[in-house]
Amino acid sequence: MTIQPMEVAIAATGVANVASVSACLARLGARPRPTLDPDELRAARAVVLPGVGSFSAGVSALERAGVQNVLRERALQGRPLLAICLGMQLLTRSSEEAPGLAGLGALPAVTERLRGAARLPHFGWNRVEATEGAEPGMIEGGDAYFAHSYALAPTDELASAGWRVARTTEGGAFVSAAERGATLACQFHPELSGPFGAGLVGRWLARAAETGAPILETGGASWS
Amino acid sequence: MVLTRIIPCLDVSNGRVVKGVRFQGLRDAGDPVECAKRYEEQGADELCLLDVSATPEGRGNAIRTVAAVRAALGIPLTVGGGVRVLEDAERLLSAGADKVAVNSAAVERPQLLTEINTRLGAQCTVLALDAARLDAVDPSSRWEVTVHGGRTRTGRDAIRWAIDAAAAGAGEILATSWDRDGTGEGYDVELVGALGAAVRIPIIASGGARTAAHMRTALDAGASAVLAASIFHDAETSVREVKRDLAALGVPVRLDPQPGIRP
Repeated sequence: MTIQPMEVAIAATGVANVASVSACLARLGARPRPTLDPDELRAARAVVLPGVGSFSAGVSALERAGVQNVLRERALQGRPLLAICLGMQLLTRSSEEAPGLAGLGALPAVTERLRGAARLPHFGWNRVEATEGAEPGMIEGGDAYFAHSYALAPTDELASAGWRVARTTEGGAFVSAAERGATLACQFHPELSGPFGAGLVGRWLARAAETGAPILETGGASWS
Repeated sequence: MVLTRIIPCLDVSNGRVVKGVRFQGLRDAGDPVECAKRYEEQGADELCLLDVSATPEGRGNAIRTVAAVRAALGIPLTVGGGVRVLEDAERLLSAGADKVAVNSAAVERPQLLTEINTRLGAQCTVLALDAARLDAVDPSSRWEVTVHGGRTRTGRDAIRWAIDAAAAGAGEILATSWDRDGTGEGYDVELVGALGAAVRIPIIASGGARTAAHMRTALDAGASAVLAASIFHDAETSVREVKRDLAALGVPVRLDPQPGIRP
């Protein structure tokens, strides 16, 4: 039996730069597959939720495609999901960028504007401080590339819910990554973070390969 | 705290890297993909690719160059040159750019910045501002905006334009000094300082760098990042050497091996 490259579905919302994520996955030997089909995103072994642009545009794009539940369930169950930048923010309850608009609510946190930074957007490489956990985690400390003006406000709720978090400081501290099971959310762009980011995405792919739900012949995952 | 970015710039024409002095006299400086890989390996924090070809054929080649560079590159890529309408920006993003730089078209129609910001986000919207001193020898001279690769002087005040562009939606300003471009005489530090004081978005200083000391001066004046082309293409120095020199000068940069060193 030959080992097939793992197919990774990319939620192509149209407000995301799919090209950089695809190139990163391809360099790591995975096969990226942009799609917005809810069934494909449910059945896929691993899913990337990238995102650039505004919170409201992101929420609208997910609603139009009818994929909020699929993505929310994946994150809540700790199935293989990599949410990047705005993708991470979309997993929170809400964002200061779009008051009154609900996010997916899979991460018990809220997105706020970065305060205290000398200049915004926060563009460039900054230190990711990982926290120790009982099990080996995917997130390690190092410098990663950021491009954003909003981020998750620090909260103990994440740790209480079993999320292992990393923090970064620009003006004030914010949550720069969170992982639980095979779900990984990053405020920074691992696909643009050189060897540090490639290492992280590689560990996520490895965990996805271990824990991904079996894909049935008939389509659809066994848990649904 | 965010680290200072060192950004090599590839001016690309018809699939080749070129470089001139004050935007003229372009000479060949290598293959874009090879240059991009070399600079990433040396520790570049970002890469800038400017399409300086002025023909429709050149534009088509630029898309292919962006895709080829993207396939190999694991750091952010800013692409500029020939972006006239929102669809041009979307095409570049689809090909693999992470940010899009707009110059002449934004001067003619600032709304373009708003459109790119609304559709693709502030972090995607870069204003490329080419500024020339009204009086090349007077240190208190103001600057005017030049467009069309420096061939057209608009008479428009560069600092005023930066303020308007930030209000229109630019998330970053790539500020190139026409007077210093390709000369190795150092950045126009007064220009950087005036822009940094006028807007709160990050400024990338460009035009005239030869040494780490030049870069330090621009950073002290308010730049968040420094861009250079000639010194890296000509192998006068490498990105790695420049970053080590900057670290020795007290500038926080990302050095390999990880993690970055902060003085």
